Amino acid sequence: MFDWKWNFTFEILPRLLEATLKTLLAAGFGYLIALILGLAFALAQRTPFRLLTHIVREFVEFVRSTPLVLQIFFVFYVGPQFGIRLSPWTSGMIAIGLHYASYLSEVYRAGLDSVPKGQWEACIALNLSVKRTYYKIIIPQAIPTVIPGFGNYLVAIFKDTPMLSVIGVTELFHAATSIGAETYRFLEPYTLVGLIFLAISLPTAMFIRRFEDWMRASLGMKKLYAKD
Amino acid sequence: MQSYVEFLQTYAPRFVDGTLVTLQQAGLGTILAVVIALVMAFMKMSSFFPVRWVGIVYIEIFRGTSLLVQMYWIFFVLPLFGLTLNKFTAGFLAVGLNLGAYGAELVRGGIQSVPRGQYEAAIALNLPPFKRMRRIIFPQALLNMLPPWGNLLIELLKSTALVALISVTDLMFESKMINSTTLLSAQTFGTALIIYYLIARFILTPGMRGLEKRLSRKLSIG
Amino acid sequence: MSSEKFPLVLRGDDVPMVRFDRVTKRYGDLTVLDSLDLDVRTNEMVAIIGPSGSGKTTVLRMLMTLELIDEGVIYVDGKPLTHMGKDGQLVRARKSYLRKMRSNIGMVFQQFNLFPHMTALDNCMEAPVQSLGLSKDEARQRSVELLQMVGLEDKMNQYPARLSGGQQQRVAIARALAMRPKIMLFDEVTSALDPEVIGEVTNVIRKLNNEYNLTMLMVTHQMGFAREISDRVCFFYEGKIAEQGPPDQLFGAPQNERTEAFLSAVLAAD
Repeated sequence: MFDWKWNFTFEILPRLLEATLKTLLAAGFGYLIALILGLAFALAQRTPFRLLTHIVREFVEFVRSTPLVLQIFFVFYVGPQFGIRLSPWTSGMIAIGLHYASYLSEVYRAGLDSVPKGQWEACIALNLSVKRTYYKIIIPQAIPTVIPGFGNYLVAIFKDTPMLSVIGVTELFHAATSIGAETYRFLEPYTLVGLIFLAISLPTAMFIRRFEDWMRASLGMKKLYAKD
Repeated sequence: MQSYVEFLQTYAPRFVDGTLVTLQQAGLGTILAVVIALVMAFMKMSSFFPVRWVGIVYIEIFRGTSLLVQMYWIFFVLPLFGLTLNKFTAGFLAVGLNLGAYGAELVRGGIQSVPRGQYEAAIALNLPPFKRMRRIIFPQALLNMLPPWGNLLIELLKSTALVALISVTDLMFESKMINSTTLLSAQTFGTALIIYYLIARFILTPGMRGLEKRLSRKLSIG
Repeated sequence: MSSEKFPLVLRGDDVPMVRFDRVTKRYGDLTVLDSLDLDVRTNEMVAIIGPSGSGKTTVLRMLMTLELIDEGVIYVDGKPLTHMGKDGQLVRARKSYLRKMRSNIGMVFQQFNLFPHMTALDNCMEAPVQSLGLSKDEARQRSVELLQMVGLEDKMNQYPARLSGGQQQRVAIARALAMRPKIMLFDEVTSALDPEVIGEVTNVIRKLNNEYNLTMLMVTHQMGFAREISDRVCFFYEGKIAEQGPPDQLFGAPQNERTEAFLSAVLAAD
């Protein structure tokens, strides 16, 4: 029944840890893409061009409402259908980047909306350029609102990287399933994967919470998470 | 365009079959998630330390690891402990247990957003704690938590797609099969994406909004 | 601070309805109530006034068991409120004992705290049915009478969102009275009201004072009303009673300079 083999565990650990690095890389890179694209999506929805805002809005809604794993398949397989060969890594980054850009665009939007209208009006009255308005006035005030969302989605992206294994990206989950297929032992690989995820996501989540509280305190706002 | 219509005609039955399985997974997963959310939320709010700890640990573990990892663990590792589940059960079980953990935080948030004055009035009127929760606090909490639950249910629907990876024949699985035979990836996966979107946008979202309206009318708040 | 033991029960002919015996309450470093001694006689109406942070609301909240006592004992009708006797010592009370004691006390809040998802009548019926175990018919009869008494019989099937502040507060009073408490606590019950409806609520309190046998404690900023209606006024300052006495004496000729300073500041603001 319960038959944990410790020497097997130590055998596979290096391979799993190496794959973890790939996972972190995938998560980090995907998050970066999402941060940039997400801002683009958010700003695109604030332009006066009705057609553009509409299209972007519908696209964002569509991507948010459909499964990431299906989107990964779509990006990976659609390319070859039209003659474009995308590597698993590239397809994965595109899919994850687009998917989380849609989530983050909502976070950006909420952040920008949270800045009181009066601030925008003051900028107009003071004849500040659009660039200065955003840089110096609006974005600094939007930051406290968006940090929780940014933090949560960083952890979420990390936890979604296993989906990349389905198109052959050799991240942590892929390594575990490979080990399982090779050795017919599932207990240690899958448990270790779970533990490694926990070991990374829990401290990260805690750190994000502390960072939020620090940020709010230093901006003079009350604590968001009371001691439970 | 003509070929797409032909494509749909040929494969519609398979898409429909897959969608039905997806809906079953989503439905069962939702029921489980709601139960888990309620149980774990109240455990986490208990004043009895061991009970509270179970709630906290459950929520942190299921939120801190991937659904896919959990699903594989339930399907491949649990048999080693003597609990063998068929893939359909393992699928919605993992989905329900995972999203229930997120749901627990929504329940907790809803309850904690009820104004403190309501608790104090209930204490002043000497209402016993269980009645206080059931008759005063929870009805108000329920209305507060419906919007975020709407989002969670969409996440749940999307999460069911992962059960295809343990070979449950849902919409995702069917579209993978169709893709491998036809290689018409855009049509196949595109159709699947559209179906998910339609369910989320035109069934789930209006459904939740209708529920909100009915509940707020029934409780006559606002 | 006296080191006498706290009695298990108050005996004698003239047992006060409420006694605070060397009660202390702290929030972290801040001492909100400092070894407070306060007696309230049966059917007495005591007004509690003082600057914010003086501890006056805490007195009421502790009596309603919304806050825990750090030191000292509160007695209600001779018996300890949140403690019980065990082998000759006072220990923290069991929940069942606490609930029994709590049923003697009713409270009306500054923010009304009516249950928004229930009608006025349901609000009043809730406690008699769920806490006292009355039948729905008995509870309804009692609640209708009380709503009549506060002048809101015609609104009894309305939800709180449809009622004005003054009406909501009157429902809140009826709701508290439905428990038939011996002691009624009023925590700044007019402070959240528009000026024109304050009179509705003070009229009800006046009526209660005249027609019912209730011991009442009232924290208020309405000095005129306090002077008119109370038997005794307590002026709180920094967690202690700085001065207390009959209203005419305290308002007319305050002995303590802090009392005087407070009164002149408050009355000048009108």
